[in-house]
Amino acid sequence: MGCDKLSEAAAAKFAELDAFIDGFGINRDDPRRSGRLIQVLHRAQKIFGYLPDVVQKHVAGKMFLPTSKVAGVVSFYNYFSTEPKGKYCIDVCLGTACYVKGSEKVLSEIERVLGVKADTCPTEDGLFSISALRCVGACGLAPVMVVNGKVYGKVTPAKAVEIINEYKQRG
Amino acid sequence: MVNLTINGKLVSVPEGSTILEAAQKLNINIPTLCYCAKLGNGVCNRPASCRICVVEVERRRNLAPACATPVMEGMVVHTNTQRALNARRTVLELLLSDHPKDCLVCPKNQDCELQKLASEFGIREIEYKGETNKFQIDDSSEAIVRDLSKCIMCRRCENVCNNVQTVGALTGFGRGFSAKVGTAWLTPLANTSCTYCGQCVNACPVGAITGVSYVKKVWAAINNPAKTVIVQTAPAVRVAIGQEFGFESGVPVTKKLVAGLRALGFDKVFDTNFSADLTIIEEGYEIIERIKSGKNLPILTSCCPGWINFIEHHFPDLLNIPSSCKSPQQMFGAIAKTYYAEKLGIKPEDLVVVSIMPCQAKKYEASLPEYAPNGVRDVDYVVTTRELVRMFKEAGVNLSNMEDEEFDSPLGYSTGAGDIFGVTGGVLEAACRSIHWALTGEELEGDAINFRAVRGLDGVKEALVKLSPEVTINVAVCSGLGNARKVLEMVRKDPNRFQAIEIMACPGGCINGGGQPYLHGDYGLLEKRMKGLYQEDEGKPIRCSHNNPDIKKLYEEFLEKPGSELAHKLLHTTYHQK
Repeated sequence: MGCDKLSEAAAAKFAELDAFIDGFGINRDDPRRSGRLIQVLHRAQKIFGYLPDVVQKHVAGKMFLPTSKVAGVVSFYNYFSTEPKGKYCIDVCLGTACYVKGSEKVLSEIERVLGVKADTCPTEDGLFSISALRCVGACGLAPVMVVNGKVYGKVTPAKAVEIINEYKQRG
Repeated sequence: MVNLTINGKLVSVPEGSTILEAAQKLNINIPTLCYCAKLGNGVCNRPASCRICVVEVERRRNLAPACATPVMEGMVVHTNTQRALNARRTVLELLLSDHPKDCLVCPKNQDCELQKLASEFGIREIEYKGETNKFQIDDSSEAIVRDLSKCIMCRRCENVCNNVQTVGALTGFGRGFSAKVGTAWLTPLANTSCTYCGQCVNACPVGAITGVSYVKKVWAAINNPAKTVIVQTAPAVRVAIGQEFGFESGVPVTKKLVAGLRALGFDKVFDTNFSADLTIIEEGYEIIERIKSGKNLPILTSCCPGWINFIEHHFPDLLNIPSSCKSPQQMFGAIAKTYYAEKLGIKPEDLVVVSIMPCQAKKYEASLPEYAPNGVRDVDYVVTTRELVRMFKEAGVNLSNMEDEEFDSPLGYSTGAGDIFGVTGGVLEAACRSIHWALTGEELEGDAINFRAVRGLDGVKEALVKLSPEVTINVAVCSGLGNARKVLEMVRKDPNRFQAIEIMACPGGCINGGGQPYLHGDYGLLEKRMKGLYQEDEGKPIRCSHNNPDIKKLYEEFLEKPGSELAHKLLHTTYHQK
């Protein structure tokens, strides 16, 4: 986890997370506390942008759960990320339809242009991170890439670079 | 009741039973691998993930895992159709395709459930070639080794760690082909909340979790003429090792064991029971003092290092209440390296103390820096019961051919109170026998010596114990760390409910320790081992620790009196939050 850095605003983020968890009124005997875990992790990822070890440990302590349990859940779901994300998250669909339509070439072009691999650290300027995902349900537009939730269809490697440049200009 | 037919035979079983249970009632064998009926404390492992137990059920399209499929009225099951057998074989071959297959040099050789299945299925070739998982072996701890390349994802270790012991060190980590059962972020075990209780070692069907072996070092010491090598053997070893040499399970083979250890080349064969008696004297006085002063109650026993690790990790707010007494293993080591080494006129570093223990946590305990004054360990090496069996076999020593022999003096004589340390309830009973004498000056007569209320394999026992006409205390006895957690939560809520609590990490106590011969699912063995220990106790001419003549002599010649300055230095310890 070479890029695992918590920002200085971390204390405020932890306070926000604590307030969310405290809202459930969980105590150590509460059998429902592991049922709340995924909900809490969702919120934690929303607050921190990702789930580094310290956040996972913190959640475990607050919810009276073993750290291993929290780490196990985080490691199981692709949705949860243990690496920080860039300002713009680029998701490239590698589902069957997109793959057949050449999304792998799109992905490698994006990786080449930005100089980082999918599902690793963001670019050095913190602007972009890349993820590969499976099917966003827009197979008719294959191949598809998504930037911070905005879907781009019928993407070619060249078009992908254009889209990235647009975001670069926005900064 | 539900009626069904298995392989043409009618059977009735209670509602909610599984096909596997129904088949067992008919003595029809269905192979299993991930399934484990009892991990301890009534917890069953049935993730239905291995699919070795699949059977054919009429009018059901897919094969059903027998371990997890509930029976239904009129169900017709066939356990050994060609389709079922082929599926099982495929499953097994797929499992083996991602397994190292280095059985000849595996610590679980001949104790492995996967190997046994491969043998029973007559697997001669594995069709599936492909990627295999490679993991670094985790030997970060002094007690437990984990080799995840052998893991078959049965989840037994995770289940026992979380649901029986509530330690929470292990979890399913990752997903898909690269998923494994490990610690959080695959941190080395030594950096986790693992207590080294070793219940995961006992649960593992393959060689993915085993104990750290010091056997080579023991052989080297025995064969080093410059060293005097002495051995101590824990109470629970004597009622478990016999089964490996054709004795009836649970029957104590103490005198054969002594002869066997001597035949291996140990210079002196001593008994941890001796230091168990010593523990009772020191702990007994501590209990009396605390009850009189009313401070730091309830007092908790401290013989079990797995349990001590647990409280240090999970209940740091209660670290003022465990007894300050070291465990019998460490008391033995401390006395051997001082009193006994002086008697022999040798330096402590030339005296090697080997422990035979039913336990993995003892290996960790012996390695603690506080138990190595001036860098010389009180206990040099710990060997489990299982490892001792291997040592005997390696050396061609067959316990069934040995003549009876007696322990050596002066650290070998013990009372019946020492024997029962190996089973849940035993430590507290042994303490009560001597506390009664200390408070009243009278010996317990007849059946009064047996404190039956604290006996038995139940996970949590609570009883009122009369120590003298004036003093009656409420005690709890629990075994298994999940039960310890329950009782400690009770203490947090109501510190006055109990005055004394005995805790052992393994369900049933040391008889079910992480280093004992595998139960292979036969929990009846624990009952037999327990009976064996009480039989040893009843067979002893002296059954109370305070009457052990060698303990009296030890105080006269060396320690002066219980709780003396020297006793505190050698026999007591402190606890720290982990």
